[in-house]
Amino acid sequence: MERKTKINAENGRQDLVITREFDLPLDLLFKAYVEPEIVEQWMSTKVVKLESKPHGAWAFETSDAGGNVVLRMNGVIHEFVPEQKITRTFQMENTPFPVQLEFLVFERLTDETSKLTMQIVYKSPEDREAALKLPFAAGINMAHNRLEQVVKQLI
Amino acid sequence: MNLRRDVFQAIADPTRRAILLLLASQSLTAGAIASNFDTARPTVSKHLQILTECELLNQEQTGREIYYHLNPKKMKEIADFIEPFRRMWDDRFNKLESIMKNYQSKK
Repeated sequence: MERKTKINAENGRQDLVITREFDLPLDLLFKAYVEPEIVEQWMSTKVVKLESKPHGAWAFETSDAGGNVVLRMNGVIHEFVPEQKITRTFQMENTPFPVQLEFLVFERLTDETSKLTMQIVYKSPEDREAALKLPFAAGINMAHNRLEQVVKQLI
Repeated sequence: MNLRRDVFQAIADPTRRAILLLLASQSLTAGAIASNFDTARPTVSKHLQILTECELLNQEQTGREIYYHLNPKKMKEIADFIEPFRRMWDDRFNKLESIMKNYQSKK
């Protein structure tokens, strides 16, 4: 399968770049970042606040199946240029992860396709490694939990 | 119990990354590796020990010399650790794409 989303994370640096080309016109891609109801769907989170303007604030809240809030994220939108760019900060509340800076650049490729380039800058190379490992660690945890459930059923 | 060394901890160190890069093109003895660095020989030995313990390097005895070479299998494991992160974003963006395609057709 073709890898549509690419990650460029050079060794020893404190930033990484995520690129993705979409089969969507630029205005629709940008809309997916601005309309709270749409953000909620593809980010699988609740949008508490999303002020899409310079110096606007945003806050998301993610809950588990039982409705308990498991993760709160927030930040400030620094630059907002429709269908061009969003520069914002991102922080996970109640975690040791420092705030990160995100540069999102939206480009038109054709009338029907567009491209997103997202550069994320972390506080240090170590913080970048920790963030990169999160989904990896979560995957291991999930496998571990499943194993635990299977073992519980056996005894 | 012997604590297994963390591979990611191993590659967090710049000297150890430089050693891995050096060995990417050729197998070398500890002495030859050390001659590429300003650091003291025992320090380089310690780095080699850590890299060997976490299986990023293999040792091979050739005559009197011990040559170090990369373990490509373990190196691939490191490259792949970014994969879950990439997949997380790929899943999100796939979802975004299909939601907006529906949105477009509803317009």
